[in-house]
Amino acid sequence: MRNNSLERAFWAMGNIVVIAYAMVPVIWILSLSLKRSADLNDQRFFPHTISFEHYRTIFADAQFPAALWNSIGIASVSTVFAVILGMFAAYAIVRLQFPGRRLILAGALATAMFPPVAIIGPLFNLWRATGLFDTWAGLILPYMTFTLPLAIWTLAAFFREIPWDLDKAARIDGATPMQAFIKVIAPLAAPGVFTAAILVFIFAWNDFLFAASLTSTNDARTVPAAIAFFTGSSRFELPAGSIAAASVVVTVPVMIVVLIFQRRIVSGLTSGAVKG
Amino acid sequence: MSKRQRSEWRLGWLLCAPAVTALMLITAYPILYAVWLSMFRYDLRFPDERVFIGLDNYLSILTSEVWWRALGNTVIITAGSVSVELLLGFPLALIMHRTLFWRRAVRATTLVPYAIITVVAALAWKFAFDPTTGFVNGLLGLEHAWLTQRWSAFFVIILTEVWKTTPFMALLLLAGLTLIPNDLIQAARVDGANAWQRFTKVIVPVMKPAILVALLFRTLDAFRIFDTVFVQTRGAQDTESISVLGYNTLIVRLNLGLGSAVSVLIFIGVLIIAVVFVKGFGTPLVRRQGD
Repeated sequence: MRNNSLERAFWAMGNIVVIAYAMVPVIWILSLSLKRSADLNDQRFFPHTISFEHYRTIFADAQFPAALWNSIGIASVSTVFAVILGMFAAYAIVRLQFPGRRLILAGALATAMFPPVAIIGPLFNLWRATGLFDTWAGLILPYMTFTLPLAIWTLAAFFREIPWDLDKAARIDGATPMQAFIKVIAPLAAPGVFTAAILVFIFAWNDFLFAASLTSTNDARTVPAAIAFFTGSSRFELPAGSIAAASVVVTVPVMIVVLIFQRRIVSGLTSGAVKG
Repeated sequence: MSKRQRSEWRLGWLLCAPAVTALMLITAYPILYAVWLSMFRYDLRFPDERVFIGLDNYLSILTSEVWWRALGNTVIITAGSVSVELLLGFPLALIMHRTLFWRRAVRATTLVPYAIITVVAALAWKFAFDPTTGFVNGLLGLEHAWLTQRWSAFFVIILTEVWKTTPFMALLLLAGLTLIPNDLIQAARVDGANAWQRFTKVIVPVMKPAILVALLFRTLDAFRIFDTVFVQTRGAQDTESISVLGYNTLIVRLNLGLGSAVSVLIFIGVLIIAVVFVKGFGTPLVRRQGD
């Protein structure tokens, strides 16, 4: 009995440490965003008086709403394309026998390890020549491509779990492979597709290197680049409060989605990598 | 070859074609173009003076102190963050695996750092350690400007990386942990192995593939570090990583020739790391990919 309560205390401590570890920086940026400008330098963890002035400031300025719109649009379009292309490829790799499928997987794997900085120079040059520089398409293309391996892996892992006899049954009943894919498999694959979509979206939402290299104005600059290059609207104002408020605005929605779908995200993040 | 088989081949290629085309166009072609550009003296501010110079760019990089310092800094950050992540990842994975209650809540909160934009995490820690806005100095009773000195700046950078990516490491380790049959651990317990012996003699050997995969992923990721360094120091105080060096040469100084050579060298570095892990340590990367 004593041993049992000791063990409970041990795990409770562990749990509290883990939760504190994850939450401290988040609570810190939240409380920074809620401090009054005058209190920003008080070196305290929690705000003395709660104020929403920084939130009003960032939404009154043109820069942040534009960046938010760019981030949402670019990340969503990239996600749709990456998941659709990834779905086709993953289905073919899991279900069909054809020469070259191992090569495609190896290529996708190599791309996952690819350092993005290795191609920003060529892309910068090409995008300026073709007019893609500082446009949505100029970011969607690299995001879509860099997340394709993630999408293919995650989807392939989920597709392997699907009861394929249904697919066979449909094909015996006279459906073509394409019909079997659309009518039978796609609905079963929806959870995997959704997981892949979240992971891809987070990648595009998070990226800074491409956004910093391939955009220059509010036309296509996404939130991470806008925040990193943010300077206060006047020289007398500390941008820390505005940056913190902008950070909270872009963090909260993603965090809610991740917390709701945490189980799927965990299986998606690990499925491509381990499991013998 | 039967007609059925031929149509299967065709469908397979058809379904993979869009993804393969995208990968070719946006990664394979640009890296070849980077190799090509790296053999020119090519500065976008003076585009007319573009001249083929062979391997001269590589020669000037590999003989410059800037490159080796940046590589050294990258190695420091990579080794520092990945080793701490492994050390913290194990207890974190164990807590997620074995905790008696709140398991769902604990697993969910560990995803919080993953869900946060790296730039935001870097800024949060930068503000925390800032001598005017930060709470850390107030807490510790110090007056230290952390990001203005090399080693304390490394400390903040590594701390940020560790905070952000340990959960990912822990999840990969957790996936390995759940594969260990409970009987095995029970048997070791019956044979009189204590907790540490069970960990080093049973758990770690069984988990070796998962550990290697986690290490490979994180090493490659840390080697490419850009966001945190850029946001926290912009490479000042001699903390510049090779990705920041590449960005500065390409996008800030617009030197496409020299910058592309830096890019190609980073690419080669990543290849070397991958080969060492896969061939040297036998990391089972593609074992299940083909089936």
